[in-house]
Amino acid sequence: MSDRKMHSGIVPPEGVWWKPAAKQEKIWVTISFIWCLVLFAMMPIWHLLGGQNPTGIRAKVEPAKFVERVMAFTEEYKVGEEQGIPIVEPPPGSDVYLLGRMWQWTPILKLKKGAEYTIHLSSSDLNHGFSLFPVNVNIQVVPGYDYGLKMTPNDVGEYKIICNEFCGLGHHLMVGKVIVEE
Amino acid sequence: MSELTKKIVGKFRQCPVSGLKIDSQAESLIKWNAVVAVVCLLIGGISALLLVLTRWEAVHLLPPVWYYRLLTAHGLNMLIFFIIFFEMSVLYFAGPIILNCRLPAPKLGWVAFALMLVGAIMVEIMVFSGRADVTFTSYPPLKAHPLYYLGIILFAVGALIGSSLFIATILVAKKEKTYPGSMPLVTFGALTAAIIAVVTLVHGALIFIPTFLWSLGLMEIDPQVYRLLFWGLGHCSQQINMAAMVSIWYLLAGLTVGGVVLNEKISRMAFFLYILFISMASAHHLLVDPGMGPAWKIWNTSYAMYLAVLASMIHGFTVPAGIEMGQRLRGYTNGTFEWLRKAPWGDPGFSGMFLSLVIFGFLGGITGVTLGTEQINIMAHNTMRIPGHFHVTVVGGTALSFMAVTYYLIPLIFQKQIRMYKLARIQPYLFGVGITLMSVSMTFMGLFGVPRRHYDSSFADALFQVEFNPAVALMQAGMGIGGILAVTGLVSYVLITVASVFFGRKFDGETLEAARGHVPPGVLSLPAQVHEGPEVEAVHKKGAPGTFILVMIFLFFFVLYYFVNWKMLAQLWKIG
Repeated sequence: MSDRKMHSGIVPPEGVWWKPAAKQEKIWVTISFIWCLVLFAMMPIWHLLGGQNPTGIRAKVEPAKFVERVMAFTEEYKVGEEQGIPIVEPPPGSDVYLLGRMWQWTPILKLKKGAEYTIHLSSSDLNHGFSLFPVNVNIQVVPGYDYGLKMTPNDVGEYKIICNEFCGLGHHLMVGKVIVEE
Repeated sequence: MSELTKKIVGKFRQCPVSGLKIDSQAESLIKWNAVVAVVCLLIGGISALLLVLTRWEAVHLLPPVWYYRLLTAHGLNMLIFFIIFFEMSVLYFAGPIILNCRLPAPKLGWVAFALMLVGAIMVEIMVFSGRADVTFTSYPPLKAHPLYYLGIILFAVGALIGSSLFIATILVAKKEKTYPGSMPLVTFGALTAAIIAVVTLVHGALIFIPTFLWSLGLMEIDPQVYRLLFWGLGHCSQQINMAAMVSIWYLLAGLTVGGVVLNEKISRMAFFLYILFISMASAHHLLVDPGMGPAWKIWNTSYAMYLAVLASMIHGFTVPAGIEMGQRLRGYTNGTFEWLRKAPWGDPGFSGMFLSLVIFGFLGGITGVTLGTEQINIMAHNTMRIPGHFHVTVVGGTALSFMAVTYYLIPLIFQKQIRMYKLARIQPYLFGVGITLMSVSMTFMGLFGVPRRHYDSSFADALFQVEFNPAVALMQAGMGIGGILAVTGLVSYVLITVASVFFGRKFDGETLEAARGHVPPGVLSLPAQVHEGPEVEAVHKKGAPGTFILVMIFLFFFVLYYFVNWKMLAQLWKIG
């Protein structure tokens, strides 16, 4: 087979170049393909077996309507105030409404460790980013959309909500708070 | 000699080294697009330096207004203007030059260039005058001045015309039979980039035309629909970069060490997979968004079962394997790694290309697939892990490969020797090491929850205090030092390029020998591009054992990093 030539990528291949691949290349393509299938399978598997999935309850909502819900929710479960922001303590298992707006998160949440809450996130103005510190849970908050995620705190402590989507000049001042108790 | 022949000879100059014919119009378009690209790179690079010195809390240079303003300018200049102007140069090279063909409708090329230039200038004016502090993504309802959106639209239309002209060039070359057989792999890859560019720019029109009308108060725009379509432009344009970068890898492998194509079928199929699946990547940005469900997210973020990732893994093997076999054909046959040890590491075209390959594959590819996993994205979305990822793909990968190819374009197209060639020899290392240090530091900061696009990690004036792990200060220093190194590499590149193009000594057929030490060695003695004889048989038999070991190491790190992330995810609060 001494007529076999090799050429670089800037040379136009002549004749029929549709030839079987060499052994090493075949092995690599096969291994890669199997790995790609593993990568793909992991996501549905985690939906079935894992505890962290961004599925949630997703619905459109008028920003004004969402603000009303947050107000009503705050009114119902308010237990105090810090820095002018109401602190609310909803019962375990309830729906919680958290509003992101330029440039604060309201209200402050007081939650129980090990209890499940459906936390509804939305915005009344721009896009915001819900970033729970130091757990490192990050969710996009989009005006006009209600994203209700079931969350279960697994440890007590004081958590912060950093805004991690650019929302104007005061973006870096936008910090909220979540308190988790025994 | 007939009049006609004279005309043609006058128009087509023969490159003294590669023997490729050079269309004079294509040549001017390559030059002008490249020059504007470098100017944009410099604007983006100066912004980068100021940004990194602001996020490094110990320095904290800029006031907030200018931090966000330069963040906008940096993103646009680097990700859109520099890269797309440069890609236009690459298209004019891969089309008329490599195919030995005339550029059809050169006037249209100039119209495309003018539209892009006017659009870019409009955007720059809007951004720097403070009428578009919306960052690169400009998510509504955040609003910029209407002329900002119009500028982007003009730029996109120009780029669309440029890409179409390249496709027309290929048709003309085919019709006029300017090359034998099938088009070369490098051109095939560039064609892939051009096709993805058309898809991308159509997304761009779909979203920026309504946004322009919205900014004039003429229509409503849904913030979630915007995010979906915007990333159809924003992420897919990164895939144009990837296809262009991979083509440059193949090109430079050939020019520097005579790297071969292992199998035309496999490499071309890999490019084809990019075209089929790459536009699904918009989903990578929407994994924790309220507008879409899990089935949509999983299917799209995986590019339909990771077939585009498969494509990249194929190129990640065939490019270094082609280099290995090219080196073996040149006599570096001892052991498993002599081909790598004795590679021309002092040739910036080679070192830049190889670093780009390693940085993109090892760091960019692995982090990208991991972050783009639906659930893992919960602990990464909008944290510093995201810029940590894309600075090793689009900067350490694409931009570095563009820099590497410049060292060949300057002598071959601009016909100039390279000024400050000694600096050019270390420039890829400076840039590659800097960007790697910066990106790895950013990634670790993100693991501690540090947000991206955030002016003040000390939260000095915020309502509630956030105290990051003390390690974050160290990471910030790493990011700062890495950033300074990378910008030094970038400025060196700009200096070398500008000095060579405008003040460089002539490089033509007569001065080949005199240019030794002032151009990359591959330019002076271009390695054989077609190999035949008994050596070929031996190399066929041997294959690429060194590369095979390297890709296995790569796979090991990939698997490890991926599953460590799942393990970390399992520690979070339960979320559903």
